[in-house]
Amino acid sequence: MRPEWTNFVGGKWDKEINVRDFIQKNYHPYDGDESFLAGPTQNTKDLWAQVMDLQKQEREAGGVLDMDTKVVSTITSHAPGYLDKNKETIVGFQTDKPFKRSLQPYGGIRMAEKACADNGYTVDPEISEFFSTHRKTHNAGCFDAYNDEMRACRSSHIITGLPDAYGRGRIIGDYRRVALYGIDRLIEDKLEQKDSTGRVMTDDVIRLREEISEQIVALKMMKQMAASYGFDISKPAANVQEAIQWTYFGYLSTVKEQNGAAMSLGRTSTFLDIYAERDLANGTFTEEQIQEFIDHFIMKLRLVRFARTPEYNQIFAGDPVWVTESLAGVGVDGRHMVSKMSFRYLHTLTNLGASPEPNLTVLWSTRLPENWKKYCAKMSIETSSIQYENDDLMRPKHGDDYGIACCVSSMVMGKEMQFFGARANLAKCLLYALNGGVDEVTKKQVGPHYRPVEGDVLEYNDVMQKFMDMVEWQADVYVNTLNIIHYMHDKYCYERAQMALHDKNVLRYFATGVAGLSIVADSLSAIKYAKVEVVRDEDGIIVDFKTTGDFPKYGNDDDRVDDIAQEIVHKFMTAVRRHHTYRNGIPTTSILTITSNVTYGKATGNTPDGRKKGQPFAPGANPMHGRDTNGAVASLASVSKLPFGDAEDGISNTFTVIPGALGKEDIVFSGDIEIDLNK
Amino acid sequence: MKGKIHSLESFGTVDGPGTRFVVFVQGCPMRCAYCHNPDTWDVNAGTLMEPEYIIEQYERNKAFYKNGGITVTGGEPLLQLDFLIELFTLAKSKEIHTCIDTSGITFCPEDAEAMQKMDRLMELTDLVMLDIKHIDPEQHLQLTAQPNTNILKFAAYLEEKKVDMWIRHVVVPGITDDEKYLEELGYFIGQFSNLKALDALPYHVMGKAKYEKLGMKYRLEGVPAMDKSKLVEKKKAILDGVKRRRAEMNI
Repeated sequence: MRPEWTNFVGGKWDKEINVRDFIQKNYHPYDGDESFLAGPTQNTKDLWAQVMDLQKQEREAGGVLDMDTKVVSTITSHAPGYLDKNKETIVGFQTDKPFKRSLQPYGGIRMAEKACADNGYTVDPEISEFFSTHRKTHNAGCFDAYNDEMRACRSSHIITGLPDAYGRGRIIGDYRRVALYGIDRLIEDKLEQKDSTGRVMTDDVIRLREEISEQIVALKMMKQMAASYGFDISKPAANVQEAIQWTYFGYLSTVKEQNGAAMSLGRTSTFLDIYAERDLANGTFTEEQIQEFIDHFIMKLRLVRFARTPEYNQIFAGDPVWVTESLAGVGVDGRHMVSKMSFRYLHTLTNLGASPEPNLTVLWSTRLPENWKKYCAKMSIETSSIQYENDDLMRPKHGDDYGIACCVSSMVMGKEMQFFGARANLAKCLLYALNGGVDEVTKKQVGPHYRPVEGDVLEYNDVMQKFMDMVEWQADVYVNTLNIIHYMHDKYCYERAQMALHDKNVLRYFATGVAGLSIVADSLSAIKYAKVEVVRDEDGIIVDFKTTGDFPKYGNDDDRVDDIAQEIVHKFMTAVRRHHTYRNGIPTTSILTITSNVTYGKATGNTPDGRKKGQPFAPGANPMHGRDTNGAVASLASVSKLPFGDAEDGISNTFTVIPGALGKEDIVFSGDIEIDLNK
Repeated sequence: MKGKIHSLESFGTVDGPGTRFVVFVQGCPMRCAYCHNPDTWDVNAGTLMEPEYIIEQYERNKAFYKNGGITVTGGEPLLQLDFLIELFTLAKSKEIHTCIDTSGITFCPEDAEAMQKMDRLMELTDLVMLDIKHIDPEQHLQLTAQPNTNILKFAAYLEEKKVDMWIRHVVVPGITDDEKYLEELGYFIGQFSNLKALDALPYHVMGKAKYEKLGMKYRLEGVPAMDKSKLVEKKKAILDGVKRRRAEMNI
C-alpha cells in the first residue's frame, strides 16, 4: 500500500476508486458525548473577527464587496487568496481575495452582466462581445430551441424557476476522492475510462469521450491550482489536515467554475474522521488542532460567494449556496455512522456561531446513538442551524454513502447525479383546468384550449378529470423544456470538475418538482366536501370562488383530504414518467419549494381553498399556514403520508416551533423530586 | 359513552412525561383568575367524541408517543368520570401510559357512587398531575371561587391508591408567590410517598388574548408574567417545605 495509507485497513478501495469501501473498512463509530470537543483557538477567533468585519463591509456596500468584471473564472484563473496566510490552516478562495465574486458567464452572459450591473459593476465589453458573438452560452442555447408554448409557460409562471439562465447545480463531486487517491490516480482512472468507451462513434460515445477529456483537463487544473497554494495534490493526503485541504480543493474547483443553484459538499465528516483518528493515535495532531482545521474549513465554506441578480435572490429568498453536508446516518451493516468528526462539524456552530451555511444536515435514524441525538437537539435549540432528513427512508434506496444536494435531493456520492428541474405550479394548473387553459392573471390562452368548467358550482369528478388532463399537458411541456435545458447545459456549461469526481457510468436523476400541493389538495377537498361556487369576470374567466361549509384540510391527519394530496403527487409523477427524458434520466419529483413559495404565490390567482390572489403558497409539502389545527404530530402525519416512491427527489416540511412548545427549559421528569431535594 | 371534548393536541410536550397526545375536555367548575384556557370552562359547549375515536387518533401516530402517552386535561377531566373510565380502559388494553391533569376540585369522599367510579379510574391511571392553586383556604377561595379542602384530601387519596403524583403550582407574582405559603405547600405535599415530581410553572400572560376574543374580563390585568429567573427561588421555598416535613417524618 502507498505510504499515505499506512495503518488503514485495505480492501477493494486500494485497487479501485471506491471511497465507500474505504470508509466502511476504516471508520470508527462514536457512541460518546460531546465532552471531548475543543473550543476555538486564538487564530480561529482572529480569522473569524476578520470575516465578521468583511461581512459588515459587504452589507454596508449593499450586499457585494467586490466583483470580477474582466477575468472569466476557471479553476486556475486566479492567484491564491487569503484572509491571513499565517493563521489559516485550510486555505483557498474562489478568487484572489475573500468576498470577491467571480465572473461566470457560461450559464448566460446576460445573467452575468445583470448581476454585475445590479450591483454597480460593468462587465468588460470585450467579455460581453465574446460571449454573445463567439462563444454561445447555456442560456442562448435554451432560447434557440424553446418553442412558443414553452416561452408562454415560462412567462406565465405555470412552469417556474427554470435553470435556463444560470447554473443548474445539484451535482456533488465526490471530493473525498481527491484526498484518498490524489489527482494522479484519478487521472489514470479517467484515462482508462476513456479508453473503454464504445468504438462505434455514436452521439453518446462522442459526447462521453469529449466529457471525459474535459474532466481530465479539470483534474490537471485542480493540481495546478493547489500548487499555486503550495500543495501537491497529485498524491494522496497523508494526514487529516491534508485530507481536509485536498477535499476542499476539489470542492473549491467546482465553485470557481459553476455558479450553480446549489453547490453541495457531500458526506465528508466520517470519511475525514478516519484520518483524524489515525493522527490522534499517532500523536500527529491534538484535538484542538483538528477542531481548528475543521473550523477553518467550515469558515471557508461559509465564504463561498456568487454573483447573482436581485430577482434570483428573490426566488431563493437570499443568496444561498446550499453547501449541504450530510452527517451521521446508519450503515447498511447496521452500524451507525456517527463519528467524532460529526460532532466536530456541528461544534463549529458553537465555535464560529450559528449560520445557515454550510447546510449541516443530519441523516436521522431512530437507531442513531442517544448521545448524538441529544447533542443534535441541544445544538438545534441553541443555533436553529441544523436540517434533518430521514435516513431510514432513503437508505433502502441509496445505501449508506449518499449525500444531499441542495435541501433534499439524495444521490450516491460519485455514482449518481441530478438534472435539476425547478418546478411546476400545480395550483395554477388547477386554475387552467377550470378555465380551459386561459391564464387567470394575464387572461392569455397559455394552455391547450380544453373545455372550461360550466355551471356555477364546482363538481368534484368534473374538476378532477379536467385537472388530470391539464396535468398531463403541464408535465409534457415541462419535461420537454427540461430536456432542452439539460441538453444545452451539458453542451455549453458542462460541470467538468464535479463530473471528474464521478464514475464513468453515472446514474442521472431527471428531477422535476411541484409547488402548491397543499393548495390543490385543500381546493379539491373544498370542492368535494363543501360547496364551491365560481365567480366569473366580464370575459367569463373564473377569477374567484365562494365557498360555503367546512371541508377537511390537509395537515390534520385526515385521510379524506390526505388521500387527495397523495393522489395528486402520484398522478403528476405518472404523467412525468410517460415522457422521454434527456440522457435516459430517471424521472423523479420533489415537493420542496422552501423559499420560492412566496414568488409563486404572487403569480397565481385566487384558489378554491380560500387562498387569495398573490398570497404565498405554503413552503414545500407544508399544510397551508394556520390550517393544521390538531398540533404538530397530526400535521407531520399528513406530510409523511405523501408517497416517497412518487417524490424521490424529496419532500420537505418546514417546521417552525417556539422553543417552549418543544418542552420546558427545566424539564420535569418522574422521580425528579428526589433529585431536587438532594441538590 | 361520548366525552365532551374541547380539542385534541397531537404534540404535547409539557403535559407529563415524554411527547404526549393531549385530550382537552370541555367544562370546568373552577374559575382560576390566571386560567389560560377560559374557552374550556363552559360545560355546555364542546364536541362529543367516542373513546374509540380518540384512541384511534392516538394509535395512528403512536411512534411519536413511545416515551409518552395520553394526557387528559382541560377543562376539568374528573367531571367526566364515566367517559374517562372507558377511555383509560381502552388505553390500558393497548398499554398506553395514562395521565390526568386535574385540580382535584370534584373529589367528594362523601359521594359513595362517585368514589366507586374514582376508585375504578385510579386503577387505570398511571399518573395524576395535581394542580394545587393555593395552600391557604382563604386565598384559594379568592383565587378560584372554590375551597381547597377536598383538593388536599384528593392528594391523600392518591397516596392511598398508590397512584404516582406530580404537584403543579402556578407562581403568579403578588398572588401565589409568597414564600411563606409556598413553604407551607411544600410542607403539605412532603408527607406523600407517591410524590414523584414538583412542577413550578411561571405565570404567563399569553392567555389574555383568549379572554379578549371571548369578550371576557381578564381579572389579572396588569399582573406581569413571572420572571423565570426568580422561579428557582420560589421552587426552592416549596422544596424547603418538603424537606421540613420529611425531616419530621424521618424519611
